[in-house]
Amino acid sequence: MKNLRIILNGIYKENPTFTLMLGMCPTLGVTSSAINGIGMGLATAFVLVMSNLVISLVAGLIPDKVRIPSFIVIIAAFVTVVELVMQAYVPALYESLGLFIPLIVVNCIVLGRAEAFACKNKVLPSICDGLGMGLGFTLSLTILGSIRELLGSGKMFGNVIFNDHYGMLLFVLAPGAFIVLGYLMAIMNKIKNAK
Amino acid sequence: MGKKLESNFTNMVLVLFLITFIASSAVGYVHELTSGPIKAAKEQKQTKAIKDVIPIAFNNNPAQDMIKAQINDKESFECYPAKKDNKLVGVAIKCNTMKGYGGEISIMVGFSMEGKITGYTVLKYQETPGLGAKMNNWFQKTGKGNVLGMNPTTESMKVTKDGGQVDAITAATISSRAFCDAMNRAAVAFAFVKKQSNK
Repeated sequence: MKNLRIILNGIYKENPTFTLMLGMCPTLGVTSSAINGIGMGLATAFVLVMSNLVISLVAGLIPDKVRIPSFIVIIAAFVTVVELVMQAYVPALYESLGLFIPLIVVNCIVLGRAEAFACKNKVLPSICDGLGMGLGFTLSLTILGSIRELLGSGKMFGNVIFNDHYGMLLFVLAPGAFIVLGYLMAIMNKIKNAK
Repeated sequence: MGKKLESNFTNMVLVLFLITFIASSAVGYVHELTSGPIKAAKEQKQTKAIKDVIPIAFNNNPAQDMIKAQINDKESFECYPAKKDNKLVGVAIKCNTMKGYGGEISIMVGFSMEGKITGYTVLKYQETPGLGAKMNNWFQKTGKGNVLGMNPTTESMKVTKDGGQVDAITAATISSRAFCDAMNRAAVAFAFVKKQSNK
């Protein structure tokens, strides 16, 4: 029950994108289409779960002063694994995410959760936290990606909804990401405050 | 959570050493596992690109018969000759240009033996999404600026703004110019391959 609450916490109450506002760089960079959003979200979720798991296991063995470098090495190892696996088995997705995969290493959510949660908690809650945060990140990237894809190129997950002749180019480019993100945050805050 | 190890010199060196050692061995192991599939995926992509741009049936392995064609003093393109029963029927050329709006554009383009463009696939680009990035559809047979069937050596392969016959992508003249540049450079390589096969 408590673990379930931790998962939900990551998805809704402390959603990494809309509430914690961590990891904005990949959020704005890769969400030009829904499928990119999902791919990036799942890759980050995997890294989050694995790094939270390992860090909660070894936290007691790491001297405080070398805490951050140790965490970064662990995270970087998992990111490299994800990168290699994606390159081998889903080359098309790897190509469209390109530069942003290695950048998961410096995604503040991953290190942030390691610091704020995993190194102070036991293994199971840490996995749940990683899962919740990862799913929350995936969800928000997918929503953001779908909206930008629909408005910008008239597609939804690659299926044509209307002719891209009427698409608003702005939404595919970077400024569109800021605009959509801003509106989504406003809506999220409105819903939260209403309670 | 037990007591943390004290932050003294030996502990720190030991822990960092152990962590980096384990992490690097793990990454090395995964690299070992995936290097095969990565290579296969790359080769598959290249074979598919060659097949896409040469519609005529061929029965050799163009990737194996690859030749390098010099196009000027410094650069050379990889050319993949497609042969049917040892007779050259078409050439796929991996050409590039640095004149794109976002830098390098790399295109696989196919030529028939008359020197006409039979197809192309954009392999790598950094053009603006929604503008220059449209080039993979725009110049195809179904696109507005169809270049298929054109012969860059006899026809003037330039955008209409520069007095040529190619319809540029709306609001992306620079990307379109770069595309034409790549085609013209590929034509030089094609002439080289053709000359060599006639020898």
